[in-house]
Amino acid sequence: MNWSIGSVAEVLAETDRTASIALTVPGWPGHRAGQHVDVRLTAEDGYQAQRSYSIASAPEDDSLVLTVERLDDGEVSSYLVGELHAGDELELRGPIGGYFVWDGSLGGPLMLIGGGSGIVPLRAMLRHRIAQSSTVPVRLLYSGRTLADLIYHDELLAAMREPGVDIRFTLTRERPAGWDGYDRRIDPELIADAAWAPADRPLVYVCGPTAFVEVAADALVSLGHEPGRIRTERFGPTGR
Amino acid sequence: MHISRGFHGRRRAAADPARVPPGQHVTSDFPVLSAGPTPRVSLDDWTFSVRGQLDEPRSWSWAELQALPREDITVDIHCVTKWSKLDTDWAGVSLDTLLEGVETAAEHVLAYCDGGYTTNLPLEDVTGGRAWLAYGYGGDPLDPEHGGPVRLLVPHLYFWKSAKWVRGIELRLDDEPGFWEGYGYHNYGDPWREQRYAGD
Repeated sequence: MNWSIGSVAEVLAETDRTASIALTVPGWPGHRAGQHVDVRLTAEDGYQAQRSYSIASAPEDDSLVLTVERLDDGEVSSYLVGELHAGDELELRGPIGGYFVWDGSLGGPLMLIGGGSGIVPLRAMLRHRIAQSSTVPVRLLYSGRTLADLIYHDELLAAMREPGVDIRFTLTRERPAGWDGYDRRIDPELIADAAWAPADRPLVYVCGPTAFVEVAADALVSLGHEPGRIRTERFGPTGR
Repeated sequence: MHISRGFHGRRRAAADPARVPPGQHVTSDFPVLSAGPTPRVSLDDWTFSVRGQLDEPRSWSWAELQALPREDITVDIHCVTKWSKLDTDWAGVSLDTLLEGVETAAEHVLAYCDGGYTTNLPLEDVTGGRAWLAYGYGGDPLDPEHGGPVRLLVPHLYFWKSAKWVRGIELRLDDEPGFWEGYGYHNYGDPWREQRYAGD
């Protein structure tokens, strides 16, 4: 798979720690919602570093968008969120991955469960679902620490007005006055409340930090969801 | 080579560059990547099988596997998602032990797992002291998240070849792409040649 040079059209701050990088990539072959790209940075002395980032945009969107979370020790993420700006170029290749993807042919109902920046590939799926005017019913459960940590919050609030789209938030650390969403870390009871019933046979996509995905996927299996209809993408360390 | 304006990088002085394949960086964590839920299997029901191109299929229970000669293995591992982890300590049984005395015309193996995962490897890559069934990590039983009770350990290839929750291998005359190999990842996956994706 060949490397391409994309031009950075815009870097949009989403939260304190995350930014969306809109790219124009000549010859970009298109992607499916949920796929990722590899990004490669090269220093003047030839030193290189590579990382993978989920694609945040829908296939229908005008530009290719990556939403990146700056990690405290992030060699690449701290460059992408902080140094990179419009007019720069960025080397990347992709799209990569063919399993953690959704399009209308896979049907539904569609259940998306995201923790933290795990929302990024799920947002691509949701945008695709809406852009296609698909009638597949979709629910999104999105867990963040505080309201200010929720990426795409305004966009998701607007998406809730679309027919067949149901979005629920849970805030695990701090909640604004009058908050009417969930108020705790995900657990089997919360999943049972927010998700489609096993009898509805939803197709489930779970993305987030490892511990989040383990809890969500284990809860879904114990509730009676078919393991083969639960697709996961994990990131980050286990601490073990 | 495309220079990234303003990028200097943080070279990790601690890591011996001769041990880190191109495009990889060293982590002290042990990230988890799996396509689905973590399967849970009772050790009473667990078996490992060798089937396909051999006269008599072979199978071991958990107790029978534990009775086979145990090896302690210290190796560097390399994940296609760019992290490498150096000097990881494993315990397990060499595939050479399980395949001892097998006569086969097969040149390929397909490993299969709880949860439906598969991966393909050349037979010669899982023999000659290069592959193990690992049941221990860092002095403890292998965590389910990391593939326990038993995963394949083939450290000279990208780590998706080291199938978690492995339940057997099939000896095959033809090469059948496994799970990720069918989704565009490289058929062989040599980290030193940076064979991440088909065509690399």
